[in-house]
Amino acid sequence: MVEPKIIGFLCNWCSYRGADTAGMARMKYPPNVKIIRVPCSGRISPELVLRSFREGADGVMVLGCHIGDCHYGTGNHRTAKRMPVLKKLLEYNGIEPERLCVDWVSAAEGEKFATLIREFTETIKALPPFVEVIK
Amino acid sequence: MSEARIGVYVCHCGSNIAGTVDVAAVAKWAEDLPNVVVSRDYKFMCSSPGQEMIETDIKELGLTRVVVASCSPHLHEPTFRGACSRAGLNPYLFEMANIREQDSWVTTDQVEATKKAMSLVAAAVSRVAYQQPLESLFVPIDPNVLVVGGGVAGIQATLEIADSGRHVYLVEREPSIGGHMAQLDKTFPTLDCSACILTPKMTNAANHQNVTLFTWSEVEKVEGYVGNFTVTIRKRARYIDEPLCTGCGVCQEKCPKKVIDDVFEAGIGYRKAVYIPFPQAVPNTPVIDRDNCIFFEKGTCKACEKFCPTGAIKFDQEDEIITLKVGNIILATGYDLFDARRIPQYGYGRLENVFSSLEFERLTNAAGPTLGRVVLRDGVTVPKSVGIIHCVGSRDKNYNNYCSSICCMQSLKFAHMVKERTGAEVYEFYIDIRTPAKAYDEFYQKVLGEGTHFIRGRVAEVTDAARQPGEEGKLIIQAEDTLIGKQRRIPVDMVILSSGLEARADAKEVAIKFGISCSADEWFIEKHPKLDPVATMTDGVFVAGACQGPKDIPASVAQGSAAAARVMSLIGQGEVEIEAATAIVNEETCVGCQECIPSCPYGSIEFLEDKKKAHIIEALCKGCGTCVGTCLSKSITLRHFTDEQLVNEMIGAMQSMKLFEAQDLVIVE
Repeated sequence: MVEPKIIGFLCNWCSYRGADTAGMARMKYPPNVKIIRVPCSGRISPELVLRSFREGADGVMVLGCHIGDCHYGTGNHRTAKRMPVLKKLLEYNGIEPERLCVDWVSAAEGEKFATLIREFTETIKALPPFVEVIK
Repeated sequence: MSEARIGVYVCHCGSNIAGTVDVAAVAKWAEDLPNVVVSRDYKFMCSSPGQEMIETDIKELGLTRVVVASCSPHLHEPTFRGACSRAGLNPYLFEMANIREQDSWVTTDQVEATKKAMSLVAAAVSRVAYQQPLESLFVPIDPNVLVVGGGVAGIQATLEIADSGRHVYLVEREPSIGGHMAQLDKTFPTLDCSACILTPKMTNAANHQNVTLFTWSEVEKVEGYVGNFTVTIRKRARYIDEPLCTGCGVCQEKCPKKVIDDVFEAGIGYRKAVYIPFPQAVPNTPVIDRDNCIFFEKGTCKACEKFCPTGAIKFDQEDEIITLKVGNIILATGYDLFDARRIPQYGYGRLENVFSSLEFERLTNAAGPTLGRVVLRDGVTVPKSVGIIHCVGSRDKNYNNYCSSICCMQSLKFAHMVKERTGAEVYEFYIDIRTPAKAYDEFYQKVLGEGTHFIRGRVAEVTDAARQPGEEGKLIIQAEDTLIGKQRRIPVDMVILSSGLEARADAKEVAIKFGISCSADEWFIEKHPKLDPVATMTDGVFVAGACQGPKDIPASVAQGSAAAARVMSLIGQGEVEIEAATAIVNEETCVGCQECIPSCPYGSIEFLEDKKKAHIIEALCKGCGTCVGTCLSKSITLRHFTDEQLVNEMIGAMQSMKLFEAQDLVIVE
């Protein structure tokens, strides 16, 4: 089984710190996800996700603060609206929408973060090999 | 970006990283990445030799970009940015790869951890080549300070700052400052009287020429950023004209409506509908409790108004909305006591003579409802035996996992006071005795010497169902004594539950208001648990006292002073550096669709009617980048998080992962 290559876009204030919290608690999870820090999940334009798939990512994670907890107030509201549309677009283009994981992780939720990574890695492993449709 | 000359530095962090990641292999591997001029590994990059190594290389090798692979940027990004600055390199030309929190600490397999570190370094190297120098904005700091919460931590912070000559606005939700400490009778381990050490501080804070006190008030809204906050306060109507009121107390005396005081008297005493919570209250101005006042209920009464000698009663008073400008904010909002009703087997609220710790505090308080007599709920019977149960709601996976830190010492204090006041037999039921601070264990030894019985074991239940002779009419505490391995039933007259501390019920709401985060237990999260315990992730917002986690009085006072020192240091700098990563519109490609305008959480985007283009007001932009994600014509760029930078970071990671897929990594020992 080929190890899935996953890109994670994490907001600086909640989910990136949640990932740090998982580290501080020495929780173990698979190494497949490479994290890219962005100020807010609202910064994650659909193009960044699409481009990741084009470069060969088997899965992309978009993690932000819980609704109501956004460091910038409402940045993640945009994410919450934008990402479901993007999932539809992925599906339309022949990419399984399960390859995009959108969730909320607070700075305290190290356990949730580690669990998400474990589950998402398993989800991607269970999918048929990713055919790069765009290239 | 062929001109970039990149230096890569891989940190061992002692064995924190090097124990799992082959750091030498990562450094060696990075040498071959595009534009890398030098790649080294070192024991502790954050130490001064580590930082000097970077500075020397910048100067001698002419580095134009720096990557450090070490811990989380939340810990040491400022450190390495500083090193770059000192060597004359713009700090925004630095990038960090988090190979500790997000790699070595979370990955078991050493080869996998090393590969992940390599990918993260590759991503950072790929990104840093596209980073641009940025100039930070400097804005002046408003020297006024807001302190929220008038408990001992807030008072301490207020006095420290006010004494330094700066103005403090102290906001307290209750009618008086003083917090939980004002409710206590004695404080451990010295047993000095709580009021004697606190009330002078309360008076000083209120009378200080540099303090404006707002009691019976709450913060409604906070806007702005470090150095320049605009705070809206709702000063609730007291229905008393404060300047006219002399605090004589006649209104309180004449008011016909008695109300159970479940705030200050913890539910065991009464107050009137117009009341001063306690005689030493600051300010000494009463409040009319609108929900219980007969006049507000029925439209008649006004006894207080009739008897007030100065005509200070104002039934038509309305809430005042006050707007303040401050540069820094200290949150000292304290804790809530764990509600022991949540553990039904302990009988609190059901069995008459089961008391909560705060109820017992009021009972022993010389100014409390019994004037300090330790008696049962009937108000007369002196208990002959008392059981004290530790860890109520703490160290319990059903309620709170954490240790509430004060309860052991508090329980020992209770044991001493019961002995002193009644001579009763005292039984302490504990899991472990935790007395780690100065003179605390000595206090424990003293209480041991007084003949208090210590039974090690968690209490199963408190019941009034007698099963054995001698249990009739008593409360029976059933517990396993784990030191002798036996179940025991101890009949007592009174049970005191040493309830734990919990975050305020509205802590989450307050955190959102001030833009900070809460832990899973809803305590406010500090910037760093060891090295930055009173700052938060939001610049200019500090925390002090029990709102950050359970703490006793000395620790709360220390944090109050610490937060004050942090604030004064910022004020002393005169101006503060604002993150330069703001967004900018490319007017050439902007189509003027205005989609970005409502997406901005700060209203920082305006529409230039003449040009039909969007424009970002830099001083208002906080750099979240939501507009970038929204812009349909890709005309907005967020500095330091540009598409080019993020895409190249992703490509760097992807390429290395693809490389590892194609070939097995051989770790060179």
